Amino acid sequence: MGHSMKRMVSIACLLATAALLAGCPKKATIVEPPTAGTQVPGGSNAGQGASTNPLGGDAGTLGVGADGAYATGPLARRIIYFDFDKSDIKPEFADLITTHARNLTAHPNLKLKLEGNTDERGTREYNIGLGERRAQAVRRALMLQGVAESQLTTVSFGAERPAVEGDDESAWAQNRRVELVYMP
Amino acid sequence: MNKALSVLVLFGLLTFCPRTWGGEFVVEVTRGQENAIPIAIVPFTAAEVAAASFDVAQLVSDDLSRSGRFKSMDRKDMIEEPHTGAGIAFDDWRRLGNDYILVGQMLPQGEDRYTISFELYNVLNRQRLLGYQISANRAGLRLASHQVADMVFDKILGIRGAFSTRIAYISVLGSLPTRTYRLIVADADGENPHIVMQSNEPLMSPAWSPDGQSLAYVSFENRLPSVYVQFLKTGERHRVSARAGVNQAPAWSPDAKKLALTLSTRDGNLDIYVLDLTTQALTRITDDPGIDTEPQWSKDGQSLYFTSDRAGGPQVYRVGIQPGDHPRRLTFQGNYNARPRISPDESQLAFVTQEDGAYRIAVMDLKGRGDVQVLTKGRFDVSPSYAPNGAMIIYASRDRGRGVLALVSADGRVQERLVSSEGEVQEPAWSPF
Repeated sequence: MGHSMKRMVSIACLLATAALLAGCPKKATIVEPPTAGTQVPGGSNAGQGASTNPLGGDAGTLGVGADGAYATGPLARRIIYFDFDKSDIKPEFADLITTHARNLTAHPNLKLKLEGNTDERGTREYNIGLGERRAQAVRRALMLQGVAESQLTTVSFGAERPAVEGDDESAWAQNRRVELVYMP
Repeated sequence: MNKALSVLVLFGLLTFCPRTWGGEFVVEVTRGQENAIPIAIVPFTAAEVAAASFDVAQLVSDDLSRSGRFKSMDRKDMIEEPHTGAGIAFDDWRRLGNDYILVGQMLPQGEDRYTISFELYNVLNRQRLLGYQISANRAGLRLASHQVADMVFDKILGIRGAFSTRIAYISVLGSLPTRTYRLIVADADGENPHIVMQSNEPLMSPAWSPDGQSLAYVSFENRLPSVYVQFLKTGERHRVSARAGVNQAPAWSPDAKKLALTLSTRDGNLDIYVLDLTTQALTRITDDPGIDTEPQWSKDGQSLYFTSDRAGGPQVYRVGIQPGDHPRRLTFQGNYNARPRISPDESQLAFVTQEDGAYRIAVMDLKGRGDVQVLTKGRFDVSPSYAPNGAMIIYASRDRGRGVLALVSADGRVQERLVSSEGEVQEPAWSPF
């Protein structure tokens, strides 16, 4: 009797605790993207899939560098692609770096965010590290050409914001990238 | 008294929120265990009653079969359906190959209240092993049934059942460039999903607090990573780290007072830090030019397992949290071993390994000679997380190009997939008990 009661009580406690812990997780506030106007997903980089282009919807506020020039001129190239598991900048992107470095040194008020990305392979948090490494490689290259440290910030999305979907090499190649995002 | 049903009533406790999301999982057992224990789980009610309300026996049967350790007798082969021990013709059930039999009843008790009574017997020696009664409302029947499965599992195997625990995971809906990221908490079988957090920017790395009441996670809202801690019951959340650079990979200390995090210096060097949640004091644990990330605490709270590529490719290391301790490398096979998770008894380490260009879940024996076994066969198997009883590992996999959750037993013998009806699912994290 004593044993059975004890067991009964302990099971009761277990169940009661489980029931209490399983209470209702209230739905959190839905978080909308940042204030309209600062980001235009899929802006003028539509050919590359998802991307951001603050200049696309924000021509008047930037002050420097007309929107038109960014959309069509050499500054319109704002994505640097990388080889698998690599963060060194390939020679074909040297011009792109130089073009943006000149723009930034000519306009010291400009701020540029470097968004590092990886393909989907590997673990998610380690990929954050790889994306950061790529963004840093671009940051160093720009600084070597005279861009002030204060003009540059980096962020890594790892594999979380792919440009294109798909699990083949052609998709992966488009996802291993650093996007240059001019900040308003 | 021993023979009588122990009566157990939970007045109004088993109350649940309405489901907020219609996504359901289909469980496919892809590989079962050969020596599974045969058990007969007799329907608790007539089929038409079960259809109108709830089929307790089916859910218990699904849970036990899904564990791979039980083989549940097909209902079609049952020649009688006893609901109490007195009605069991043991010789018949033995002849049908059963070692155990679970019988029970679910009876309505007025409006929105049911009583589930059940008894578990050893068919061979006719010994009564369990006899309980649970009261629940309609919404609580699912949890009550998982608890019946937990008790059966525990009684027969001596291993605490984890069927009534929960999982957290990230779901990604929509197609590029507009995606919706959701942090979801569901029952361990994927049912009963609730949205904890939703964002148009990535959500990552959910981590349960040791008491199962809160989740830490990474959110890229405002397009920058921050670590949040959210209390599930109220939805109240706190941003605990939004430093310049990366804020990633939160992991709770066993005493819940600290979070291990991955942060970066201005030049982008990722290292492991420990944040004291009370004092906000930040302690740097690793200092190496390579990527150090994906920390997890040892059970005694004195050291951290983590991933580092200080030696070239990513490998798993362990370091004490006291100043001056040097990391010790644990993995040596192959050139990619990352995201360690330790089993609840710390006898085994699960991690992601690369094999023939594929990413798979491997386990390493921590007590013996460090033998490594690759448990899965997919191409993109990542994010392993142990059930709180250590019996199963849930992980993220791909099925026909879509992100799905999958399970493998810690010995690799049982495998199954939880196929979601919508979206991509990733980064499962199994709750504590």
